[in-house]
Amino acid sequence: MRNVAQGPIAWRSELWGSPLRSLATVMLLALLAWGGFHVVEWGIVHAVFRADAEACRAVQHGACWGVVAEKWRPMLFGRFPYEEQWRPAIAVVVLSAVTMLSAWPRSWRWWLVPLWAAALLLFVLLMRGGVLGLAQVPTSRWGGLPLTIGLAVVGLALAFPLALLLALGRRSGWPVVRTLSASYIELVRGVPLISVLFMASFLLPLLWPAGWQPDVLVRVLAGLVLFVAAYLAEIIRGGLQAVPREQTEVAMALGFGRWPVQRDIVLPQALRLVVPALTNSVVGTLKDTSLVTVVGLFELTGALGLALGGDPTWRPFYLEGYLFIAVVYWVLCFGLSRYSVWLEKRLSAAP
Amino acid sequence: MNGGASRRGVWLAWAVQALLVLAVVAGAVWVVHHALEVLRARGVRSGFDFLTEPAGFSISEGWLDFDASQPFWRAFLAGLINTVRAAVPAAIFSVVLGTLIGIGRLAPHVLLRGICTAYVELLRNVPLLVQLLMLAFAMANLLPDPTEPLRLLPGVWLSKGGLSVPWPMVGEGGLHFEFPERGDFGVSGGAALSPEYVTIVAGLSFYSAAFVAEIVRAGILSVSQGQVLAGQALGLSPVQQLRIVVLPQALRVIVPSLTNQLLSLTKNSSLAVAVGYPELVSVANTTIGSNGRAFECIAIIMAVYLLLSLLISFGMNRYNARVALRGWR
Repeated sequence: MRNVAQGPIAWRSELWGSPLRSLATVMLLALLAWGGFHVVEWGIVHAVFRADAEACRAVQHGACWGVVAEKWRPMLFGRFPYEEQWRPAIAVVVLSAVTMLSAWPRSWRWWLVPLWAAALLLFVLLMRGGVLGLAQVPTSRWGGLPLTIGLAVVGLALAFPLALLLALGRRSGWPVVRTLSASYIELVRGVPLISVLFMASFLLPLLWPAGWQPDVLVRVLAGLVLFVAAYLAEIIRGGLQAVPREQTEVAMALGFGRWPVQRDIVLPQALRLVVPALTNSVVGTLKDTSLVTVVGLFELTGALGLALGGDPTWRPFYLEGYLFIAVVYWVLCFGLSRYSVWLEKRLSAAP
Repeated sequence: MNGGASRRGVWLAWAVQALLVLAVVAGAVWVVHHALEVLRARGVRSGFDFLTEPAGFSISEGWLDFDASQPFWRAFLAGLINTVRAAVPAAIFSVVLGTLIGIGRLAPHVLLRGICTAYVELLRNVPLLVQLLMLAFAMANLLPDPTEPLRLLPGVWLSKGGLSVPWPMVGEGGLHFEFPERGDFGVSGGAALSPEYVTIVAGLSFYSAAFVAEIVRAGILSVSQGQVLAGQALGLSPVQQLRIVVLPQALRVIVPSLTNQLLSLTKNSSLAVAVGYPELVSVANTTIGSNGRAFECIAIIMAVYLLLSLLISFGMNRYNARVALRGWR
């Protein structure tokens, strides 16, 4: 089963090597041809690409990509003021560029931290405005792709330090710290994200001082951070366990203190070991941001509902709209998972 | 001197830990107290007494009949039963489908491998919520009307009205399957499954199957090639090699990850709230909307899911102990 031979020559024997294989090949080819024919016919041949609702309604067995041509801006940017949408566009480009730069192991240097801080500041500045002559846009009007990517990136960035503390806490020699960390992790991992988001959106307002209504975006972000941190903590703990205990003992015998050992010897190795698992978690978090729709934030999934739900002209073509945002999610997530595979190979090849 | 220092260290450790416990308890007490104060100031009653009051909403489907005059606790029970009613079939389908796709990804046939790989990469990289909403839209708008249902298999009909499947009935001649029949006013007989139920079970199964497939593939790859060769040497057919030699050993790697996957499947069933299937979270959401008892309802959701998670972990750990190599933990 393993060591499947690669290349066209192996494929030929796989495809036609025996009567049974030939039969399977013919059946699968027929299935692919049938499915491919219908997809091409629906998606391309009979499809309407113009933003023309009349033409879309007239077509019987074809897709209406016109809905994307007409509605791509509200789908990608939600309720952000139309004339100002260059701002979220640049904000997305900035975050994506910094993310791609940090994806390259050669750039794993100290300057990444201030760079990220600057990028996040620029992101908030562009989205929020109110300075440098930019019109102020309240967070209630943020939406679409910038919100999806922003929630994922900021959520992960804030969750990471908390996760680190929880992971170290769960391995601590102090029983109280160990118990508290373990209880928190298991509690959060045992409940659905949606219940944490409900809690953030219904309960946090009760804890703020009267008269100050915390922003719904801040509350949801808090919920996401608390949730993601528990999952990241377990990944980091896995890495910590994989670093041989002798290294700690040797370092302490050499006179290193407890914290310097963790900081300079154990953590760098542990984090390097779990980078692929962390990347998987990044993909999961990116997908999980779609759930904030349920508590009334209009990120990519919510923005689609906003763009099409209130418009009777284009509402019948929801399916095409879903396919459009599914492609956006897919490109982001598939890209990340390919990157994870590449990085795993690169890190295991490195000495 | 050294002993004195370490004794001082121990005292310090205990002092810090005691302070930590105090801080956590004080924080929790403050949060609850403050939240109750705010609720009281707003004139919202709190506590679980509402559970015995009539709910005022009805639940359209499920094994437990529920109408508006019955108390809230019964609504939550009906919601919980609906959660289980969706999660258990989805778990079974996803494990079966996922195992087939996982094996298919390693099959010595390039087309089959390609199709299975495409399935995994397509479904794994799109959020479940988007897939569920897409399925719900397709169920409600793209299928034919109930009067002109699609016949998928003998006795299996699909339309906007949902899915009708054969269902076992106890009659005069003992147990027999009742097949749904197509009439002038739609399909009757058998089991009629609502579009929302079909959406959540199908969506969860297809999505989870992609992850199960990866778990199964990793499990099979963990079995050493020598075992397969030994099977060949004994004259076992490829299917026998898989069934007798590879899968039993692969299970040791598969079961712990599969447990995680079943746990997330159960938690993911909470997304049914977005497609209108009345499971636990949906009932709680409706309850919060009608009486504002957010704190209590979220506490119930969390407690129930923790309990379900514990039950699944317990069951799967028992199973894991059976498949694990003897003498190993």
